[in-house]
Amino acid sequence: MMDAITFTATDFHVLKPAILLCLFGCGILLTDAFLVRRIGKRWYNAVTALVAEGAVILAVLQHMSDVRSGGPISGLGGSILIDGFGVFFNVIFVLAASLAVILSARYMEAEGEHRGEYYALVLFAQAGMSIMATGNDLVVLFVALETMALSFYVMVGFLRSSKKSNEAAMKYLILGAFSSGLLAYGLSVLYGIAGSTSLEKVGEAVAARPEGDWATILALITTSVGLFFKIAAVPFHMWAPDVYEGAPTPTTAYVSVASKAASFALMIRLFLSAYGSAADAWIPLLGAIALVTMTIGNLAAVTQSNLKRLLAYSSIAHAGYILLGLVAANEAGMRGIAIYILAYVFMNFGAFALIAALRRDGEAAEELDDLNGLFARAPGYTILVAIFMLSLAGIPPMAGFYGKYYIFLGLLQEGYYVLAVFAALYVAVAAYYYFRVIRACWLQKGSETPATLDMNLGTRVALVGSGVLTVLIGVMPQRFLDLAGESVLATLR
Amino acid sequence: MEITTSHYVVLSTLLLLIGVIGILTRRNILVLLMSIELILNAVNINLVAFSAAQQQVHGQVFSIFVITVAAAEAAVGLGILIALFRNKQTVHADEIDLLRW
Repeated sequence: MMDAITFTATDFHVLKPAILLCLFGCGILLTDAFLVRRIGKRWYNAVTALVAEGAVILAVLQHMSDVRSGGPISGLGGSILIDGFGVFFNVIFVLAASLAVILSARYMEAEGEHRGEYYALVLFAQAGMSIMATGNDLVVLFVALETMALSFYVMVGFLRSSKKSNEAAMKYLILGAFSSGLLAYGLSVLYGIAGSTSLEKVGEAVAARPEGDWATILALITTSVGLFFKIAAVPFHMWAPDVYEGAPTPTTAYVSVASKAASFALMIRLFLSAYGSAADAWIPLLGAIALVTMTIGNLAAVTQSNLKRLLAYSSIAHAGYILLGLVAANEAGMRGIAIYILAYVFMNFGAFALIAALRRDGEAAEELDDLNGLFARAPGYTILVAIFMLSLAGIPPMAGFYGKYYIFLGLLQEGYYVLAVFAALYVAVAAYYYFRVIRACWLQKGSETPATLDMNLGTRVALVGSGVLTVLIGVMPQRFLDLAGESVLATLR
Repeated sequence: MEITTSHYVVLSTLLLLIGVIGILTRRNILVLLMSIELILNAVNINLVAFSAAQQQVHGQVFSIFVITVAAAEAAVGLGILIALFRNKQTVHADEIDLLRW
């Protein structure tokens, strides 16, 4: 039976961030075509995008205070659920998108592809992610995921004259669309099991199936494979280094943090609510995948000489750690995931922003050797390198430490000692290649034609902002841990 | 013989397998895009069959969204392929090797 279709004030309220993003995105396309292009000042588009982010953060903060005072808000017939978890992720997306916008202006200008469409795509992708974190219905989640993914395919291929960028976009699209297809197949089986697309109904129906039911297993395997592609977990990680290397660096930064955060949000929501009763089936699966992901990610990163590829493999390894939090699936583990992803946004974004600022002979410089000798010429820059690399390595008192701490704690509480030991060992491997980056710019002598730093106000703000927050989360973690704790209470009902 | 829901599920599983095998073995990007369409069509068959079996429209609505997404994906995919072809004059995945797979 279909209910009468009405659009209430609550529906509007829960959709406000996505509506604002889509409207501003269309606004940028129109003003760019009819106004900004004539004036010739493309950074106006970036300003419009930042205004959009300001409006969205107001809507998200409104959601946050509503959830605090009155509990989760459900809208559109229960297909959108605003809870602490969704709000937390929405804050992350706003931060990532704002950083992406302010970092992009200078880089895209230098590459000769500074167009308004780019900023519109940043906002459209964010609209998809916003719904991915708050959606509570299979159809809504699938469409949101595709909205994000389609925007990212175009953004990755945005440097139209660069063969590398074209190639990266093609690979990303083929593998991304393939994984979405598998995910959609799993969702269709879930619909078949439940006869409903609402996550709660699906969860109840899956719980009512007998143990070892083939339909549940089929749905679980296809949806997990689809999601493993999206978070770049081994053995479905092949696209990540290529896409990260070929894409414009600000896009790489945005894709690496925001798309991963959104895919994890979807994954957590799906596994804890729809597959909650089948935990015995997916915990060993996720544990094994996490272990392989950490192994391959960390070991492959050791041999990389291209900075973007090095960070790509390191981000694969980080996905392994975050998966471990889902394996633990207790309060410490989930809190670990939340604080890990929050810290990851700043430290990983900062690391890519460092590369975006680096140029040699007018070309983007991305090799490890390009950092040589920078300590003498740009000490402030090298201090930021040290901050981000130490944080990525998980060394206290940087932000990256707390995520790992809580995830390991969660594993130990649940008795997964082997996984915890391996995860801790790989931290040592990871420290090796992060210290290689610090060593390149602090200790190595520069060549005669050193790489230069190309910065404007936006780049500086993005770098210093993410650096300050990386240190701040590390030094004063309590406020951020409370925020993370608040978000996980919603998932562990 | 009456055609039941399980027949449709078998058909859709076969279609899914053909699509997956196509992705894994073929090297022409246009064929890869077609294989992706096959996978999404397998999803549609599933959705419509389940929807009919349960006498409700949710699945059909879902399948319309899947069709829309498939169209968008094909549009973006062909757009990127044209940009790539302008630069490289090839649509073969093996010759697209600037970045290591």
